[in-house]
Amino acid sequence: MDSDTLVIGAGPAGLSAATELRRLGVAHVTVVDREAEAGGIPRHGGHYPYGLREFRTLMKGPAYARALRDRALAAGVTIRTGITVTALHPGGRISVTSDDGMGQMSAARVLLAMGARETPRATRLIGGVKPGGILSTGALQGLVYLNGQRPFRRPVILGTELVAFSAILTCRHLGITPVAMIEPGARTTARWPTALFPRMLGIPLHLRTDLLSIEGADRVTGVTVQGPDGQTRQIACDGVIVTGGFRPESALLAGGPIAIDPATGGPLIDSTGRCSDPAYFAAGNLLRGIETAGACWDEGRRIGGAIARSLKGQTPHAALSVTTVGEALKYVLPQSVAPDRALSRFQLRVTRPVQGNLVVKLNGREVARHPISARPERRITVPFSVLPKGATGTLTFEIEEPGK
Amino acid sequence: MTQPPAAEPYDVAVIGAGVIGCAIARRFTLNGARVVVLDKAADILDGASKGNSAILHTGFDAPPGSVEAQCIADGYREYLDIHQRLGLPLDKAGALVVAWSEAEEALLPDLIAQAHENGVTDVEPLTGSATRALEPELASTARASFRVPREYLIDPWSAPFAYLLQAVENGADLRRSTEVTGGGFDGAHWRLETTTGPIIAATIINAAGLYGDVVDQRLLGRADFTIKPRKGQFVVYDKPASRLTRHILLPVPNAVTKGIVVCRTVWGNLLVGPTAEEQGDRAHATLVPETLAMLKRRGAEILPALAQEEVTAIYAGLRPATEFKDYQIRAHEGQNYITVGGIRSTGLSSALGTARHVFALWQGQVTPLPNSVWPTVSNLAENAPRPWQSPGHGGIVCHCELATRAEVEGALSGPIPAHTLAGVKRRTRATMGRCQGFYCSAALATLTAGHLIPPLAEPADGQ
Repeated sequence: MDSDTLVIGAGPAGLSAATELRRLGVAHVTVVDREAEAGGIPRHGGHYPYGLREFRTLMKGPAYARALRDRALAAGVTIRTGITVTALHPGGRISVTSDDGMGQMSAARVLLAMGARETPRATRLIGGVKPGGILSTGALQGLVYLNGQRPFRRPVILGTELVAFSAILTCRHLGITPVAMIEPGARTTARWPTALFPRMLGIPLHLRTDLLSIEGADRVTGVTVQGPDGQTRQIACDGVIVTGGFRPESALLAGGPIAIDPATGGPLIDSTGRCSDPAYFAAGNLLRGIETAGACWDEGRRIGGAIARSLKGQTPHAALSVTTVGEALKYVLPQSVAPDRALSRFQLRVTRPVQGNLVVKLNGREVARHPISARPERRITVPFSVLPKGATGTLTFEIEEPGK
Repeated sequence: MTQPPAAEPYDVAVIGAGVIGCAIARRFTLNGARVVVLDKAADILDGASKGNSAILHTGFDAPPGSVEAQCIADGYREYLDIHQRLGLPLDKAGALVVAWSEAEEALLPDLIAQAHENGVTDVEPLTGSATRALEPELASTARASFRVPREYLIDPWSAPFAYLLQAVENGADLRRSTEVTGGGFDGAHWRLETTTGPIIAATIINAAGLYGDVVDQRLLGRADFTIKPRKGQFVVYDKPASRLTRHILLPVPNAVTKGIVVCRTVWGNLLVGPTAEEQGDRAHATLVPETLAMLKRRGAEILPALAQEEVTAIYAGLRPATEFKDYQIRAHEGQNYITVGGIRSTGLSSALGTARHVFALWQGQVTPLPNSVWPTVSNLAENAPRPWQSPGHGGIVCHCELATRAEVEGALSGPIPAHTLAGVKRRTRATMGRCQGFYCSAALATLTAGHLIPPLAEPADGQ
């Protein structure tokens, strides 16, 4: 074994887990990251707000990323960057490549914390041509905050998740002026008052509008959109920011020893973050698409603690499986509950806007019921405290909608 | 940017740096001719050659006796001869021509007979259950098939790049961003007017693909055919989908098109396409969401498990079809001019054979190079070692495709440096993966700064 614990991914979840493991006395904790610098996505989130929960101070992303790294280093974590993991093998052995060539690493426990990425234009089947200037928010932020480069001046923004507003802030950093914000839904995905935010910045918000096609040659010259009246029209622009639709960066799991939940696209975990191969744990946005950096940090810390306990043989396996019923719920996390409840809450998402009750049943018997008004990509949590002590069997979550 | 005319007249000026132009440049150069290749685009492979299905066809279904059939057979053979020396991949996938209806099943015997006529005699008829035994993920509605064992997968960009690289390393010149605007023949030499200055060459070879008729019109004052661009849209699935099939799954072709193919790529993806849509526009291959959705549905009808897989790339190509079925290759008597047109969809397979065919039509007198150089290209295929597997690659730039810093730097240097982002992609696969640049755009913009037209991003100083 190279380490007691190996963490793949030096973002908020991975760094916080590694720091916690050291704090709890685990001797050899190594974090690997494929980028040249540790810190993960916040490295190029060059705006507020980061760090309130973790450092009790308001920080921009890069400062936050450095602080997480420094705290891990101070705790005695080994961080190795420029290492790309190419395969996972049973029992905590991984294949890597770096400038030194291919290699293997192994550890008693491996924490997967590879994060998430946005859904690109291609996956959304957006029509038109493929000129330069079509970027995800992640790519935009890398160019703007890491490189000080400007990929366009008058882009259109597709999507209204929280990250779309982050895209606006990123644009403003370099004097890029978005010309429109396009949202297929009837309301913005992110919570009010963000709905007012683009208007406040003078960016027209087009709701119930689809991006049909992208025009241009070398560079984007415009987009065609279809509004609620069914009419199509052109918007002149020199770029398109395709935002949101976060999904786990889980390609590494394909064909490996870890079972994947098709609903989340990430690994199946129990309440300690443990995967189907018990040498592996998972935390952060790899689990489900996206949560805030602070939520990932908290999750990493909790699962880091669980890993430390598992190294001492103190974490029995799950006795309660957790699942959703019906199409309205997209997923529930964790997918099973072990006696060690490192994670304290269930996380859920809906597939569409819903209004009604969230009903929780243990082996078919209702144990909790909460009114719910939810929309896709918005956070829904249910505390583990709804569970009777020592519950076993199957826990289900479903949405009851009056009139449906 | 005007370059002075070459010190000596070229033997041959090849117009168009697509797969056909690249192969012709290689053949003529190796046979001893002084060659210049011109392309109006900023980089090579920017026309019809940028979007195809990446298959090395045997030509089993080509019209027997056609020029196309001969060129495919010769091109296929030469690719197998040279691919290892040039470092080019070969994935011996084999193909299944699958019948999905009674009517299609009734056509199989004729297609098998046609394959034999084309010299492809190792085809093997299979029942529905034998077909599914070979391809367990295939839909149960597959009625019958025949197997064409020697239909293979290759890299559609590395191959022509390697052909041109070998030409250039053996003395050929390449001039990009050079559009031929006119020219005249004095009985011995052509003087081409181009956007980067005049070029003197004894013979013109028009391999301008989608602009073949335009170039003939411009230089000869007439064209024997009209290009009727035929668009093909494709969807590409992420790498896990490639486990769903080993063979290239071909439909029963009709008169117009080979139909929608499902096959792996040498890069480890799986693609579904192309459509065949005639259009007037030679420049833009527009992606249509409804058509892409149709391709996804069709893919899932053929391989039901595909419904669970993720599309990570979409593209559309234009094939330079004409009003004629066969290739339009013609040496214009007394004019030192060869038109190589209408290479409608099999150019990747036939290119090396087409180049031989064109060389045989040429009247020039040359002596083959005694000691030709054989460069190798960086391997991008999954079935052979890639640079990320060896030390000294400088780190991974594109994580999805495991494209290394050394590969990106290599693509920007050497005898044919990439001038466009698309050129970098085709040489390295950077940004071609599932995240489409989410992770690597910043690193790529830094590495490519000063090399690309247009740049990936501009420096932010100077508002």
